[in-house]
Amino acid sequence: MAFIELSNISKVYGTTTVVEKVNLEAEKGEFISFLGPSGCGKTTTLRMVAGFEQPNTGSITLDGADITYLPPRQRNIGMVFQSYALFPNMTVGQNIGFGLQTRKLPKEEIKQKVDEMLAMVHLESHIDKYPYQLSGGQQQRIALARALAINPAVLLLDEPLSALDAKIRVELRLEIRRIQQTMGITTIYVTHDQEEAMLLSDRVVVMSQGHVEQIGPPSRIYNYPATEFVAQFVGQLNLLPVSAVDMASATCTVAGHTIRFETSVARELSESPRLAIRPEELQIGFPAAGEEANTLSGEIASVLFLGAIVRLRVLVNGVLITADIFNERNITFPRAGDEIVLNFSKHACWLI
Amino acid sequence: MSNKNQLTTNTKMKRDALEVRPKNSFLSNWIGVTPFFIFTLFFIVLPSVSLVTRAFQDNAGNFTLRNFLDLFSPAILSSYWVSIRISFATALAGGLLGFLMAYAITVGKLPDGVRSGILTFSGVASNFAGVPLAFAFVATMGRTGMVTVLLKNVFHINIYNMGFNLYSFLGLSLTYTFFQFPLMILVITPALDGLKKEWKEAAENLGASQGMYLRKVLLPILMPSILGGMILLFGNSFGAYATAYSLTGGFINLITIMVGSQIKGDVLYNPGLGYALAVGMVIVMLIMMIFYYLLRRRSERWLRK
Repeated sequence: MAFIELSNISKVYGTTTVVEKVNLEAEKGEFISFLGPSGCGKTTTLRMVAGFEQPNTGSITLDGADITYLPPRQRNIGMVFQSYALFPNMTVGQNIGFGLQTRKLPKEEIKQKVDEMLAMVHLESHIDKYPYQLSGGQQQRIALARALAINPAVLLLDEPLSALDAKIRVELRLEIRRIQQTMGITTIYVTHDQEEAMLLSDRVVVMSQGHVEQIGPPSRIYNYPATEFVAQFVGQLNLLPVSAVDMASATCTVAGHTIRFETSVARELSESPRLAIRPEELQIGFPAAGEEANTLSGEIASVLFLGAIVRLRVLVNGVLITADIFNERNITFPRAGDEIVLNFSKHACWLI
Repeated sequence: MSNKNQLTTNTKMKRDALEVRPKNSFLSNWIGVTPFFIFTLFFIVLPSVSLVTRAFQDNAGNFTLRNFLDLFSPAILSSYWVSIRISFATALAGGLLGFLMAYAITVGKLPDGVRSGILTFSGVASNFAGVPLAFAFVATMGRTGMVTVLLKNVFHINIYNMGFNLYSFLGLSLTYTFFQFPLMILVITPALDGLKKEWKEAAENLGASQGMYLRKVLLPILMPSILGGMILLFGNSFGAYATAYSLTGGFINLITIMVGSQIKGDVLYNPGLGYALAVGMVIVMLIMMIFYYLLRRRSERWLRK
């Protein structure tokens, strides 16, 4: 039996269904992310796990015990909020010790735990400061320490890095992962940032409009998206109009070129199927070779320099295709108007 | 050559741009607040100076300490005491009632419209004082007032037989509370609006009961605002005159009524003593402000300075 289990939980506000029949099983020590656009129900689902909202249907069990209707304070679940939510009237030490104080632990024990938590987030010297004296990143570290001080069974993080600037965000997310792995704590993390979700998680739950689109390890989600929504939401994707499909030979026609595709990935096709391919799967300049190779030739419409990646927009018989190539120090950029050949394997594309 | 021309044009444009900006002159910076300084000079600073100097003069204009020595007569001391007591009682009662109501309309889940309704009422009621307020209470809670009669005839409760009297300390406190609690609602609502929902959730999440959240988080955070509101209520009540005068007609000798009778009275006319009484009131308020300052400093050490 899974350590934490969400079975068929739904949440309805008035006539709007915010969360619809969500199922999830997480093992002990697993890091799970809820990923999706705003309003997809990921935060509501997290809040139901925390106990701030109650599902209209379904149940939540933690380590075998039904906690669906248990008040938040009896759940022993730690939570980190987007806005830090540190108590402004308490020092850093008092904030971290608050959860231990509610558990009526002896003073020495609280002090010892507070010191231990502060050492974990590397803020030992800030114990007597008030929240307003700390930066956003420091406040969020303290909030994390406060949530972990109570030795929770599960740690919940609700977009904890969204209010921070880019550099701190990158630093802190690695820190969160390090601490999670050291403590081996089961974690549910809500984010709309796919990079964050993929980098941190053992498994990602992609959500849209209240329901789960796909659950799986980051590489699975990225390479084998189960639905069109997942394919489009996670990463960049070319969706090219297809004029004719021959399932028997697994070929189709895209912008006047015959393309071979992978049949095993193809699911039931929509009325107007499209060919999906990631921009980084397209290679430029090499001549097409072998039975598995596809070739598209066209003209470069624009070149965007993104740092590590150079993004080419290529017009192939009126169809715009995005291709990403790696930057090199002495690269000679192709220019708009240049003729170009794009190659890709049949395993790189699939029909949606 | 063309580059050079470009440069000259740019510089010229820059200079032009600087010239069209409004001049940052001393006059334009201060003109907006000038009426404030004029008003404070004429109606706070000068009257205060005159008040203090005249408090040290006798009727003939000679220097004297007599007025201040007279303050220590039992009648005057008792009227200071009753004013302080009534201000303290109504600040506390009005403050508590106002806080609870403000809490209900901000944190509580009331239907839309209740909040704005109560806030509008508070805006009006906090300014409803003086003769109209006194009359309203006489008409309702007086010996033959509507509420008194209703209670007596319908519920067979005679509040006057039970010891209530509108023209007493209790009655006056009740009347004052009518304008005190709406004022508290007005001053405390913004502070309650500033409470973050996440503080409560974080406390719950960490295992705190509702009581512990109130004691350890909510009240400490609101304490500076509550104290500020209550000191305002104290001052509001301490300086009130017309309500008490028209309700009790001097039955209860508030210090403001004493000042009034010394300055405009036909019998007790002694303006020097009146000024000294007023200076005494300023001193009482100063002492209150010092207490307030000390309490507030203790309760807000976590606030951004």
